[in-house]
Amino acid sequence: MGMAATESQQFHVLAVDDSLIDRKLIERLLRTSSYQVTTVDSGTKALEFLGLRENHDGTPNTPSVSPNNHQEVEVNMVITDYCMPGMTGYDLLKKIKESSSLRNIPVVIMSSENVPSRISRCLEEGAEEFFLKPVRLSDLNRLKPHIMKRSKLKDEDQKQQVIPEKIENLLEVQKQHQPQEEAQPQPPLEQQQQNNNNSNKRKSMEQSLSPEPTDRTRPRYSGIATVV
Amino acid sequence: MLGLGSDLLWADMNRLLRLLFHEGVLDEHFLQLHHLQDESSPNFVSEVINMYFHESEKLLNNLRSLLIHTHTHDYNKMGIHLNQLIGSSSSIGAKRLTTLCLAFRAATHHSNRPGCLRALEMLEHEYCYLKNKLHELFHIEQQRALAAAARYPLHNNNQ
Repeated sequence: MGMAATESQQFHVLAVDDSLIDRKLIERLLRTSSYQVTTVDSGTKALEFLGLRENHDGTPNTPSVSPNNHQEVEVNMVITDYCMPGMTGYDLLKKIKESSSLRNIPVVIMSSENVPSRISRCLEEGAEEFFLKPVRLSDLNRLKPHIMKRSKLKDEDQKQQVIPEKIENLLEVQKQHQPQEEAQPQPPLEQQQQNNNNSNKRKSMEQSLSPEPTDRTRPRYSGIATVV
Repeated sequence: MLGLGSDLLWADMNRLLRLLFHEGVLDEHFLQLHHLQDESSPNFVSEVINMYFHESEKLLNNLRSLLIHTHTHDYNKMGIHLNQLIGSSSSIGAKRLTTLCLAFRAATHHSNRPGCLRALEMLEHEYCYLKNKLHELFHIEQQRALAAAARYPLHNNNQ
């Protein structure tokens, strides 16, 4: 019952957003962080992709495609915009958490508006994180613990051997994207977040301006959000 | 001479960027776009910005049409277009334009036609300014890349 294909070491994220530009951005953000990405433009399409279809009376079926048999539709995380026409991100979150087969998939909500009641509602409904848009690279680093934790729960024995390797893979790929002046020893994840903030892919433009504020690695809503 | 040209262009580019930041036209999210550009996606920034121009022009035309060319003023629909424009503008770091959109949106909430007209005018003006400046920035960047390539011919593989 372990991972069927050893080559799909990457985590597959399903990104949902009705804005074309935001889809392009989130896709790039996720790819840069070494995730496999699929984007869809609505909650309905997201549910279809996840294999969940509704009966006429609104009760969801079990997925028509078993996640373990078809590696290509296995989704490790859903990240969705909150404000979408039709099915909102919150509606999508609810549907996922109500489904017996999908409820363990971590869901992240993104919103361009900072509305505390909205945020707490989503977290109460089971969202793992709430990102304010525009989403940054450093925000995505907060996802790693959730993904690692899920893998552990899903498949204790096999994955416990694989995880240290995976972390190294992720860090290695990130290092390749961020060539550094001197070779540095592999830093632990917390330090890696700091490094990402300070030595992100440097494009010439950025060097002349003062460095970005580096306060985004800390959870924004320490009173409300789940602290990992 | 070419090497010197590349440095001067670099200075121009930085000067323009600093100006745009100082004026509040752009914010740090514009720089974040550059963090996402690399060898695997070398034209990412220009692709996103062009996408943004394309979408924004459609939205601005719709807004103008709703406010000026129709007799009934559908403030609700204007609000929807503005939400889209606010989202994409803040995603690419167009801070000043976003602020103008927010003011416009507030006017639609009050069905304030004169306020909307004023806001539309300012928005269109800002959009033109932003578009010109971004084109200027891309142009300098291109020139600089060319000059740098000429300076370091060994980096080119086409010989």
